[in-house]
Amino acid sequence: MANNLAFAALADPTRREVFERLAAGPSAVGELAQGLPVSRPAVSQHLKVLKEAGLVTDRPDGARRVYQIDPQGLGQIRAWLDRFWDTALDAFKAEVERNDDEEPKAP
Amino acid sequence: MNATIQPAAIRKTFTLRASPERAFQVFTAGFSGWWPRTHYVGDSPLTGAVIEPRAGGRWYGEHEDGVERPWGDVLTWDPPGRLVLAWRLNAEFAYDPALLTEVDVRFTAISDGETRVDFEHRGLERFGDSEAAVQTLSRMEGGWGLILDSFASAANA
Repeated sequence: MANNLAFAALADPTRREVFERLAAGPSAVGELAQGLPVSRPAVSQHLKVLKEAGLVTDRPDGARRVYQIDPQGLGQIRAWLDRFWDTALDAFKAEVERNDDEEPKAP
Repeated sequence: MNATIQPAAIRKTFTLRASPERAFQVFTAGFSGWWPRTHYVGDSPLTGAVIEPRAGGRWYGEHEDGVERPWGDVLTWDPPGRLVLAWRLNAEFAYDPALLTEVDVRFTAISDGETRVDFEHRGLERFGDSEAAVQTLSRMEGGWGLILDSFASAANA
């Protein structure tokens, strides 16, 4: 379950601190590491876990990478709906194509 | 600094081997034939599902106990190209007439006998308006309280 993964990812206090800093705005690893009592590689490792949990995304910005909270990773509801619509629309497609013995009308 | 976070709309695009007319027909008149029986509101099992064929019509589940449980209503009825439904189930899957999220489905002919479906479920930030959603998310630990604040600020913006 993606959400369980997300909760596990936030169980570590330093990781949660990293996440909360990103909630204030996009940031690069170096900026995040400033003021945190852990090394820069440790921050990178925390970001990797947060990314795998679907909580943050990253993008290149010149030579560095900028991290931000993933708006698509937000909340149980969206994740549930996304999975739900996959299931429902697959069923819809199967139903449409199951009885395709009729001649399709010209559009 | 921008602490306002909006959940992205859910978008799906796929192709059907059918005309838009048939796709629209199956989606609406044939709704009961494909809607997953596992997904319904309340305790009584689902026996059918209906989209009424007009703007302002309802869409709802039919249940073993004989009760129709509403999900929302038809906002746009424009066969065979477009259907927009109001999804008014909140984060706890209770019907809330004050909640508006939109399910927008477009059917476009792309070649003889093929139709592209562009599906979107948008307005998800409005789940943040729901007290049930607030409570559900508040019970969760750690950073979710923070996320919730962002939801609320997006919803109230």
